[in-house]
Amino acid sequence: MAYSDKVLDHYENPRNVGTLDKNDPNVGTGMVGAPACGDVMKLMIKVNDSGIIEDAKFKTYGCGSAIASSSLVTEWLKGRTIDEAYAIKNSEIAEELALPPVKIHCSVLAEDAIKAAVADIKAKQAAKVEA
Amino acid sequence: MQNAQTNYFQLFGFPEQFQIDTQSLELNFRKIQSASHPDRFVSATADKRLQSMQMATTANEAYSTLKNPATRAKYLLELQGINAIADTNTAMPMDFLMQQMEWREQLEDAKAAKNIPALEQLLTELQVESKSIQADLANLFDAKRDYSSATDTARKLIFIDKVCADIHQAIEQLE
Repeated sequence: MAYSDKVLDHYENPRNVGTLDKNDPNVGTGMVGAPACGDVMKLMIKVNDSGIIEDAKFKTYGCGSAIASSSLVTEWLKGRTIDEAYAIKNSEIAEELALPPVKIHCSVLAEDAIKAAVADIKAKQAAKVEA
Repeated sequence: MQNAQTNYFQLFGFPEQFQIDTQSLELNFRKIQSASHPDRFVSATADKRLQSMQMATTANEAYSTLKNPATRAKYLLELQGINAIADTNTAMPMDFLMQQMEWREQLEDAKAAKNIPALEQLLTELQVESKSIQADLANLFDAKRDYSSATDTARKLIFIDKVCADIHQAIEQLE
């Protein structure tokens, strides 16, 4: 199967690989997995006090499309609010990377990782308000 | 999608459950294989020949599905109308996914270092984990019939099965 140029670019030069301090109250972590292909994706976002994502890092074990999907979303996330991030749809990711139908699930994984990271930061913020 | 109606468990005379007798599986598979062998149907009608070929294919699929505990669990869930590996289901326990990442990292490191003993050690560790998950599945499927918990547990086994397959492949490439 041929990968699109955009997938290859992200796969060969993945952006924002790494981790953020998970104990930082402004850092949200999203972790998701797909048993069908054994992919695991970890996405971390750092949010400032105005709810804007300042930094995003990822670590993904999986195929080229899964790595490209996570790499792409870390680029997209920076500068967006967490609500805007939450609204990102897997179809946008799939379209940008020209993913073939058999690889659509990789973009689903990336969307779900964003949602999980946003949920985590919201839970952290709620805990902070209560404290 | 060969003969979707055939129930793999019935084909081998097994009850629909997670625990199976692997020796009987082997034995019954050989029986079906030899009974449906094309050599026995050389002078048979075209209809019979096709039938025996379909039987042989189904038996192959059934055998490989039931032999591997991960695919057996997945198949048992399919019989309940549950797709354990649905694309839309990406939620897994965080600690399990962290463990997955660690195993994947160890696999990558050992592969890069061409360290076969390290790969074998990782494989042993995963096999221990796999055995413990299989015991859980036997309990969830056969005793409790708790298909919701069985789905979550089967997903773990499918993950581990994949890492094991990747380790085997890495070892083969290095040998």
